Amino acid sequence: MSLQPTDEATRLDGGALLRLRIEALYAEYAQTIDDDRLEDWPGFFAEDGKYRVTTRENHDSGLTLAMMYCDGRGMMRDRVSALRQANIYEPHVYCHLTSSVRLVDGASGVIRAQANFAVIRTMQEGDQSIFACGRTYDRIVETDGRLFFKERLVVLDSRQVDTLLVIPI
Amino acid sequence: MEGNLSSFAMPAGDLSHVPFRVYTDAELYAREQERIFRGPTWNFLALECEIPKVGDYKTTYVGDAPVIVVRGDDGRINAMVNRCAHKGSLICYKRAGNVREFNCVYHNWTYDLSGKLTGVAFRRGVAGKGGLAADFDQESHGLERLRVDTYRGLVFGTFSDATPPFLDYIGSELSANIDRVFIKPLRVVGYHCQALPNNWKLYAENNRDSYHASLLHVFHNTFGVVRTSMGGGVKISQSGWHHLSFTQREPVADRDAGREKVRSLKEQYRLADPSMMEHKLELGDQVTNAIQTVFPSLVVQQILNALAVRQIQPKGVDRTELVWTILGFADDDAEMAELRLKVNNLVGPAGLISMEDGCVGGFVQRAAKADPTATVVMPMGGRGITGSEGSRVTEAAVRGFWKGWRECMGY
Repeated sequence: MSLQPTDEATRLDGGALLRLRIEALYAEYAQTIDDDRLEDWPGFFAEDGKYRVTTRENHDSGLTLAMMYCDGRGMMRDRVSALRQANIYEPHVYCHLTSSVRLVDGASGVIRAQANFAVIRTMQEGDQSIFACGRTYDRIVETDGRLFFKERLVVLDSRQVDTLLVIPI
Repeated sequence: MEGNLSSFAMPAGDLSHVPFRVYTDAELYAREQERIFRGPTWNFLALECEIPKVGDYKTTYVGDAPVIVVRGDDGRINAMVNRCAHKGSLICYKRAGNVREFNCVYHNWTYDLSGKLTGVAFRRGVAGKGGLAADFDQESHGLERLRVDTYRGLVFGTFSDATPPFLDYIGSELSANIDRVFIKPLRVVGYHCQALPNNWKLYAENNRDSYHASLLHVFHNTFGVVRTSMGGGVKISQSGWHHLSFTQREPVADRDAGREKVRSLKEQYRLADPSMMEHKLELGDQVTNAIQTVFPSLVVQQILNALAVRQIQPKGVDRTELVWTILGFADDDAEMAELRLKVNNLVGPAGLISMEDGCVGGFVQRAAKADPTATVVMPMGGRGITGSEGSRVTEAAVRGFWKGWRECMGY
């Protein structure tokens, strides 16, 4: 059974199932990246979905710059082919930790949800660090019983990225 | 300690060899602070558009020195060391803001927007007891000031009285590219800050190294977007310290297509969505790519419609922060603003053609530690510092950097 994302459904007392579905979406999304199944990553988005990674410094100042900006699945596929075929970087993996999922609004068929995240990065030599933490701001739509990101904005708390960002967050 | 440095030497009369020690030696790093960053050099501080109103300030660094850049009461830009003349606390501990005067939080000493000391808390003590020493000279206890010069909206500072005016410093051939890029009032699209696991000079060299561009950054070649056989060249200032490397569209690119072998030229790969590579010619010429350096710490970048300045901030011998200020023009329409956001996928910490520069310096840094007496060799394009027409397969501008480094450092 799938709940339509309506105002009613997202109310704290009525949105339990929707919340579970969104948490499951977040878990699937994170593990797809963490397991290096990046070719499946664009499939979490609507065909014309947007993906942006920026910093709190920019976001809070209303500056629109993103370090990664994909407008549609095509640009996301290009990001993945670039990191597979062109970009040079030291092998590393992510472990995403997602928490404090919050459903903000579900008006007009678009669910707005937020979550906190941390990404622990492990380099091939074993160096391990908190590579990023921050919040995701999502607009999620349902198509044929499946949830897709219409928009995913990843806001990093730190203004600084260590070395480089190649794998999406 | 000076004893250790006295054993250090650079190869006499040879700009094409550099000992690895320059990247790993803490004493050399300290000497760079004194001789380069506090020496006769112009260091990028800010863009005028970041501090448009009286009292607008931002904080930055010149080498290790924390610096405040502020729009003064007379509308001119002042720069001073961000360190109270009393006990040395940071005056501004926020990155940016607007103030009428500066107050040190520690003991509430106050300074005007030019850095002049205007007030000392409890100057006369309390109830006639305590207070300033009778011989205290308020005039001579302002914030340490830097000389400021501005050019086309870029703000530079220098600690040295010996630094020539900015235009003389870079020379007319290289100022021409700044004129070319900064043709209109600017706006800040946003900032990136990238922590590089390497000595600052490895990044300064990397920008002058036009040889590596198509070899390390294979995005363009992989996706068949551009080739090194496009027209262009390398210009180097008279002094050798600064450079410009550029490419431009020319018919020759088609004629030579495929003639050179570059790793990963995989013709089967095409971008699913090449819209970010669209180039709206906005600067009145066909230049697609222009990377310019101003010794020691500034890079001016035009890559298609991605405009930026990059500021190199050394943070110890083996760590560097690279601050990218991504720019557009104040009169960008919505379509242009969107294109800027898209094309900026190419640059920054996640840049499709720049991310490798974030890690390659670290690769050198790690290897450099192994044997500081071994040397780097840079023989491409000869041994000198002459620019080139047509070819960018040269290390001449890197050798020019070392000329600047040696002249400042006294080696």
